[in-house]
Amino acid sequence: MSLKSTQLPTPTPSKSRTLRPTSLLNGRISLPKRPAGTVYRGREGMWSWVLHRITGVGIFFFLLVHILDTALVRVSPEAYNAVINTYKNPIMGLGELALVAAIGFHGLNGLRIILIDFWSVGTRNHRLMFWIVIALWIVLMLGFAPRHLMHVFGAQ
Amino acid sequence: MSTVTIEAAQTRIPERTTETTAVEDAPPGSFVVTLIIRRYIPETDDEPRWQDFDVRVLPTDRILDALHKIKWEQDGSLTFRRSCAHGICGSDAMRINGRNRLACKTLIKDLDPSKPIYVEALKGLPLEKDLVVDMEPFFEAYRQVQPFLIANSTPPGGRERTQSPVARERFDDTTKCILCAACTSSCPVFWTDGQYFGPAAIVNAHRFIFDDRDESAQVRLDILNDKEGVWRCRTTFNCSEACPRGIEITKAIKEVKQAILVGKP
Ligand code: HEM
Ligand code: SF4
Ligand code: FES
Repeated sequence: MSLKSTQLPTPTPSKSRTLRPTSLLNGRISLPKRPAGTVYRGREGMWSWVLHRITGVGIFFFLLVHILDTALVRVSPEAYNAVINTYKNPIMGLGELALVAAIGFHGLNGLRIILIDFWSVGTRNHRLMFWIVIALWIVLMLGFAPRHLMHVFGAQ
Repeated sequence: MSTVTIEAAQTRIPERTTETTAVEDAPPGSFVVTLIIRRYIPETDDEPRWQDFDVRVLPTDRILDALHKIKWEQDGSLTFRRSCAHGICGSDAMRINGRNRLACKTLIKDLDPSKPIYVEALKGLPLEKDLVVDMEPFFEAYRQVQPFLIANSTPPGGRERTQSPVARERFDDTTKCILCAACTSSCPVFWTDGQYFGPAAIVNAHRFIFDDRDESAQVRLDILNDKEGVWRCRTTFNCSEACPRGIEITKAIKEVKQAILVGKP
């Protein structure tokens, strides 16, 4: 037997219903842990888009710098060489690894988005295609990262 | 209704004065679950705040039942919208454990009742009070796509506009919308760009664009072929996953995109 609304106990009115009338009646007040609300719990589709935008914007800024430094060769080959030489250090080497990782994900996921838009059953298979993208990306990185890191850190 | 249950319930929530009465009626198999609700009362709160409520529920209860129990037995000021309580009016979309759901279609047993359940208002629409948001921007976009049958010609035969089952099937999926706004307010593009028409408006445009009795498909396609129209869609699929009617929203949006590009199939 559940309660009928007519049998409900009337809540004891609180004496001090001043500032926050609701919180005093009942329940513990938790301090606003996350006043801004929770992060929306999107799934593969949302997170792949977040990564796609981050990598896309990242690649864009890299390309901007890259076009500038390459254009330098027309101004002065010596200056070009000087700039390129400053890239030859481990920090830049790790940066290159990140760049390849970003382009790899962005390119593969870009193909996934094209399939979502133009393949008739693309929307029904977007989640599977996301995990295929991740698998291909891991294979790509496994092929690239070890050799690249060997170069960067001086082994033959 | 053993003493054990009563004691367990009382140790769990010792400060509850009304609990003894409630527990005597506790149905077998019921348990106490904590709902953490994001409250906001514009008259008294500067900022929204989280408030905990312990409610005795059955696994087959819905979040809406828990909200009712809180409102009726613990705190009458808790504010939310609901009308039908059976998933058809679209009044009670809210964010439950971080995802947009209808409170009346979300069973406690489908969440993890051993953990607190977070309930908050839809994101991206102006917060009015507790779980109630201002739906006007949502309906404004809906109205703009002209979501009604436009047919000015005399029907063939002069009496009625017949439609073949195949032609009806073409837009069947998008007829199911109940305008709950779960989709539009799950869309990251809509959160940051309130001008975006949003999935629900596109779904309801699709409903008439692909209806062969309608004569204004091109008008709607022109409306949606806009900077704030279908091209804003980034295929995050949040809308499709949020829709309580299981509408394949991203697919509908893609079909509208293609109808703009290459014309209606
Ligand atoms: C490897 C070849 C590439 C492919 C296949 C590709 C594919 C795509 C696709 C299909 C989109 C649309 C995403 C959507 O509709 O949500 C996109 C977005 C984007 N791409 Fe690429 N892209 C590539 C290379 C690049 C490069 C080199 C840059 C940087 C200059 C770049 C920067 C961006 C940016 C900033 C976006 C916007 C992301 C967003 O709106 O969320 N992409 N890319
Ligand atoms: S498409 Fe689905 S989620 Fe969007 S308003 Fe309609 S019923 Fe709600
Ligand atoms: S109350 Fe009508 S849809 Fe939930």
